[in-house]
Amino acid sequence: MAQHDDGVTAPDDDAVHTGARTGTAIQVAAERDESPGIGVVQTDKVINPGFPPHNPRQTDLVPAKDKRAERQVAILFFLSIIGSIFALAAYIAFPINPGDFGSIRTNNLLLGLGITLGLLGIGLGAVHWAKQLMREDESVELRHGTRGTEATREKAVEVFTLGNEESGIGRRTLIRNSLIGALVLTPVPAIALFRDLAPIADPVYLLQHTMWKTGTRLTHDPTGVPIKASDVTLGSAFHVIPEGLLQRSDALEQKAKAAVLLMRLKPEDLHVSAGKESWNYDGIVAYSQICTHVGCPVALYEQQTHHLLCPCHQSQFDITQEAKVIFGPARRPLPQLPITVDSNGYLVARSDFHEPVGPDFWEREL
Amino acid sequence: MTSTQSASTSAAGRGGEVAKRRSATAIAANYIDERTSISGLVKELGRKIFPDHWSFMLGEVALYSFVVILLTGTFLTFFFQASMAPVTYSGPFVPLKGVEMSAAMDSALKISFEVRGGLLIRQIHHWAALLFIASIGLHMLRIFFTGAFRKPRELNWTIGFLLFILALAEGFTGYSLPDDLLSGNGLRIIDGMVKGIPFVGTWISYLIFGGEFPGEQIVGRLYTLHILLLPAILVAMIALHLVFVVVHKHTQYAGAGKTNQNVIGYPVLPVYAAKAGGFFFIVFGVIALIASFFTINPIWNYGPYDPSPVSAGTQPDWYIGFADGALRLIPPGLESVIWGHTYSWNILIPIVVLGLFISTVALYPLVEGWVTGDKREHHILDRPRNAPTRTAIGAAGVTFYAALWAAASSDLIATHFQLSIEAVIHAIQAAAILGPFIAYFIAKRVCLALQKKDREIALHGFESGRIVRLPGGEYIEVHQPVDEYERWRLVSFNEYKPLMIRPNAKGKITGTQRVRARMSRWFFEDRIAPVTRSELERQSHDHH
Repeated sequence: MAQHDDGVTAPDDDAVHTGARTGTAIQVAAERDESPGIGVVQTDKVINPGFPPHNPRQTDLVPAKDKRAERQVAILFFLSIIGSIFALAAYIAFPINPGDFGSIRTNNLLLGLGITLGLLGIGLGAVHWAKQLMREDESVELRHGTRGTEATREKAVEVFTLGNEESGIGRRTLIRNSLIGALVLTPVPAIALFRDLAPIADPVYLLQHTMWKTGTRLTHDPTGVPIKASDVTLGSAFHVIPEGLLQRSDALEQKAKAAVLLMRLKPEDLHVSAGKESWNYDGIVAYSQICTHVGCPVALYEQQTHHLLCPCHQSQFDITQEAKVIFGPARRPLPQLPITVDSNGYLVARSDFHEPVGPDFWEREL
Repeated sequence: MTSTQSASTSAAGRGGEVAKRRSATAIAANYIDERTSISGLVKELGRKIFPDHWSFMLGEVALYSFVVILLTGTFLTFFFQASMAPVTYSGPFVPLKGVEMSAAMDSALKISFEVRGGLLIRQIHHWAALLFIASIGLHMLRIFFTGAFRKPRELNWTIGFLLFILALAEGFTGYSLPDDLLSGNGLRIIDGMVKGIPFVGTWISYLIFGGEFPGEQIVGRLYTLHILLLPAILVAMIALHLVFVVVHKHTQYAGAGKTNQNVIGYPVLPVYAAKAGGFFFIVFGVIALIASFFTINPIWNYGPYDPSPVSAGTQPDWYIGFADGALRLIPPGLESVIWGHTYSWNILIPIVVLGLFISTVALYPLVEGWVTGDKREHHILDRPRNAPTRTAIGAAGVTFYAALWAAASSDLIATHFQLSIEAVIHAIQAAAILGPFIAYFIAKRVCLALQKKDREIALHGFESGRIVRLPGGEYIEVHQPVDEYERWRLVSFNEYKPLMIRPNAKGKITGTQRVRARMSRWFFEDRIAPVTRSELERQSHDHH
């Protein structure tokens, strides 16, 4: 048919033909006639010229070259043996001396080089062998359509028909439908079992509250030393955690919500909105360090511009405008922690954050 | 056959000198075959022919790096502690002495600094994982641009696609295991993204992390996925993928003597046993060489995970870059609260866009098959130029991916080239949206131009560079005709024409048909027909 009008010989022998002969291309006579769709069936096709003449290799022509290639392959395999032995020797001769990092590097390098040689020797040798010494003229194998033969397909249909008749699954609809119903419901208990992946608690409540309470002292991260208002000089920035965090068993979880960045600006630089006048103390402001985008720590403070930059996705927050987003994918400003000083001059929280910190979630209301 | 006959044949076969002279190999082979009938498999597969081309090795690289990952990964499991229980580091690495970290991080440091060869194996594992994903990606591009996904291989494309997704999942779960600062931030981002999913996000995040982020569960859970569930699915899918390669027989590039009904190449035994077997050792060897010289993922420099510190210029492993970049490109302010619920468009848009992108990749063979309506089997690969629209679509996809990927390094690009971060983001935003269209246009024009050139060469030969002055004073360049084998490569390709809308049996033109017609016009309106036999004959007459 039109699809195989390459004009080539078609012996109806489907065995593998070793050694494709020049000027021939072998083809089965009968290919299934499938619709080409909008494919153009070319009736005026150029004729497939068949295999090009075969150029023998040097190793086929010159016995000396054949010998040389044989030696090269063997040398590569010997190099592999040397590499593996070298790796073993390096393992013993260059141990890791505790505290000596040069020894780790030497161990890594020499062991690695030995293993590399052991592997590459085999690999390069085998490929060289195949390319230079193994039979090199190409062989031909015939393809058959992927679909089963008509006879096989009929048999398969018969199997299903018998299965249907003998069980009556198509006829006995009550049995079939009740089985489907039963099968659909069996996984349901498994879904329920996953509830205890996490403890019994309401995640929404947890997300809305942090460790900060009225009077909690602001302390240095990671030392936990309380911070005096007088220590916070103009232009400085501190990583802050609530007092008592380090003693808690869930310190990381609490820190992931309660971490705060403390900065001191000139009071006149701050644009404070109504109702938040008492949230800063003499130009000292505390903002949640957890990005409102997806929760990375917003830890890069630009002292000159008073901008905070999140290193993960480059959201930028302007501290002079109550941490408003000025660039990047985040939308909400960083929540502000209301602060003041206690009678000893230490910075303390006036209350918890007034809104959830960190990334948004479904149940969150602004 | 009578019983006497069979008795005598078996007596001759078993007893006497014949059996004594059988080699040990023959005895072993006989022992196995009598219990497995494996001789049938050897007969079927032993001399199976595979075509040869460098681009067919990309899938092999993927397979072999996966074997390397399995071997080294098993070694690592003997030392790694998948636990987030807090311990105080007391190992030899001084800067971290006395620092509290998880048992996972502690054991990862122990593997690196105290187990001989541990650092090497860890680095081989990581480098092999990077190579695994990279080679799958390149393998997919090869399959796409040569049209190897066409019938009968559409399902194998889908399996390959799932393997790519599984490889990404393996990469990410493995990256998260050491519980270092970088991987913890990666998990934090996943947590933030999950929380942005409407209705169920908060709860899914809560369940995944076993409580509030980060919790003490996630490393152990990811470990189960990383070393049990995902590898088991991967191995099964790879086996299926390879079974289909055997069933379909490998595709081949157009060439003289090659047809849609034959396979031209070398037999498994001995040539591919040596070449492919040897190539496994080469892949392993090259990864080992890289791991000997180049540090990867130096977790000791990052320190244990802590929610508050982070360094500038943090980067995910490269294969996650496109997803991270998509998050960075979202313009500010995209969130809304509707009836008391938060819709985080800044997270949903990237998720949906990436979902559409990878769905397009997964479903492309079905789309093209539907547009062409071609039910024939295709075993001869297309040269990319001979399917201009497909190649252009691929170029557009690659450009989109590249733009997202570049966005994941927006901060590094900005600091490196001393640009403002805003300018870089805006430029990449433009590139992500306009770039694919530009790439599409250029790729399509280049393909058509190359096809025209092929036609020209097939008909008139190539420019020989020899200038001849004719008696009349005219200068011409002599064109050298190509030989018939080379010419065949230039002229043998499939041609499609846009669908003509015709009323169906009921005399109606359906909407589906209109869509198909429009799609087929998009695909095949601009096309170069292959050179025909008559054209060639006419041409040769003109010359003689």
